[in-house]
Amino acid sequence: MTDTYPIIRLDGVTKVYPMPAGEIRALDRLSMDVHLGEFIAFMGPSGSGKSTLLNLIGCLDVPTAGDIQINGLSVKALSDDARTNLRRDHIGFVFRQGNLLPRLSVLENVEFPLAFQRRIRRTRERCLEVLVAAGLPPDLSTRRPGDLSGGEQQRAAIARALVNDPEILLCDEPTGNLDSKTGEAIMGLLTDLNREGRTILLATHDPRMAAFAGRTVRMTDGRIA
Amino acid sequence: MILLDLAGRDLRLHWVRSSFAVVGIVIGVTAISAMGILGNSLALSIPDNLTSVGNTIVIFPHISDAIGIPAGGGLNLRITGHELEGIRSAAGSNAVVPIRTGVDRIMGGGQAKTVALYAMDPADIPVLLEKESGSYLRSSPGVMVGERLAVENNLVVGESLGIGSGEERLRITGILKERGVGIDISPDYAVIVSDTWFTSRYGQRDYDEVVIRVTNPEDIDGVKAAVDDMLNRRERVVDVLDTRKVLRTIVDTFNQVSAYILAIGGISLAVAGISILNVMLMSVTERTKEIGIIRSLGVKRGEVVRIFLAEALILGLLGSAIGGVLSLAGGYLALNAMFQSSKYLSAATTLVSILYGVAFGIGVSLISGMYPAWKAAMMNPAEALRFE
Repeated sequence: MTDTYPIIRLDGVTKVYPMPAGEIRALDRLSMDVHLGEFIAFMGPSGSGKSTLLNLIGCLDVPTAGDIQINGLSVKALSDDARTNLRRDHIGFVFRQGNLLPRLSVLENVEFPLAFQRRIRRTRERCLEVLVAAGLPPDLSTRRPGDLSGGEQQRAAIARALVNDPEILLCDEPTGNLDSKTGEAIMGLLTDLNREGRTILLATHDPRMAAFAGRTVRMTDGRIA
Repeated sequence: MILLDLAGRDLRLHWVRSSFAVVGIVIGVTAISAMGILGNSLALSIPDNLTSVGNTIVIFPHISDAIGIPAGGGLNLRITGHELEGIRSAAGSNAVVPIRTGVDRIMGGGQAKTVALYAMDPADIPVLLEKESGSYLRSSPGVMVGERLAVENNLVVGESLGIGSGEERLRITGILKERGVGIDISPDYAVIVSDTWFTSRYGQRDYDEVVIRVTNPEDIDGVKAAVDDMLNRRERVVDVLDTRKVLRTIVDTFNQVSAYILAIGGISLAVAGISILNVMLMSVTERTKEIGIIRSLGVKRGEVVRIFLAEALILGLLGSAIGGVLSLAGGYLALNAMFQSSKYLSAATTLVSILYGVAFGIGVSLISGMYPAWKAAMMNPAEALRFE
């Protein structure tokens, strides 16, 4: 299942948040390699640094020290626009609450990442295909996210993350708001996507969900336990 | 397209505060445009209402120094025949029209009215005045009447007009074309009579004013200097006015007033801009999480700026369009009330003032949207995502 090529390399990654009461060290000299096609679950309690790690890998933030390489590209050296391009082309995000844009329909939410890429042609067909692949019936595509159940919203969010066909999927507690049956169905979907060759990084504190991953990395206080 | 679509949906979601921001812009744009229309129409109306634009010199007896001089002390309230000769020689080949003026009652159209009388040599009348109908006065007796006086009293050519208490009746030979208020004479509500009739009727031989029509407007300063040199060398006998200068002073004054009221309109637009800034800042704060989400989906900083500027642009376009239409309608009503005509509304310079108003409205909206848009774009996406 794994390849020897490290699609993500973490090299002494440290993230410090300055706070009035003193700094918070969310990640502390974290180093590891992630290989293409891996499915890794980062497990740990709240505040262990899981979400911070995914945000850094997703180029939403930059490390205070150390470096992250994605596809051999050092994130540290990139401009904000270049990091956004990297995220746009190679990375999909799935969040705890789906985080769909409430004012857009499900289909428009899925189209959204393409809207800024001038890839207008085949957009609608592609989005419907992705929605169906994520297990959402096409007739729900015109509904607003608020009309959907939690599981359906999460499937729509996964469809949105997949629409750019990214190699890496970053899932931050994607089942956190779902009942266990729906959560397992979502995890089944992520497993299928991993089998198709996508690298999946999952942040969770639920060992049942972590069990779907090929490798589990336990974290406490910003370090690998 | 998605930019405008997204912006439009957000504005609709907060339609109450968006409407208030639009109302602010509407008021600002309407104020600027309406003030522009009004100021411009006033400026345009001056040359229309004040005739004899750039080619007329008017000479009045100099009376301000005479105030306080006892009667019989050489008081000169009129221009004498001798002085007129001096003016004629100073004017050279330019037309010189000496005028006597008076006020008397007339009987015409069945009612009595007190009007101004202008007496001049019938040969001089076509130099200063155009006729609307009938014919020019050829010799006394006979009168010409001003256009407004004729219309309001139903006076027609051929009718006889009673002048003064003696009820002497003179035939109306012609009606003058409307001329507006002049620095030389204002004939619209007046009666023009021949100088010989006037002198025999009222006994006045001297003149109340002398008008020089200069053939070449560039000669104005030279002729003025010549008249001054001829008559005012020893003591100031006459005042020499140059209509061009008077007109320029009036236009300058109106322009200053226009600029002032335009500035007031500008202030209201600035207030509208602050209202947009406020609405947009609220929108940015409320949508912090959304900004985090769209950044996580690969939207760049510049694109975030464009999303928020699109919102400001929609507010600006909407407010400016409504303001433009309102100022056109308001300008139409105001001009009709002031000038009994809306002809100045279609003048290019008037329409440009509406365009200025609209452009300012859109510009102010965009400028007001810049800071909120920049603030949104500079947010740290990871922190924005944590915002609840």
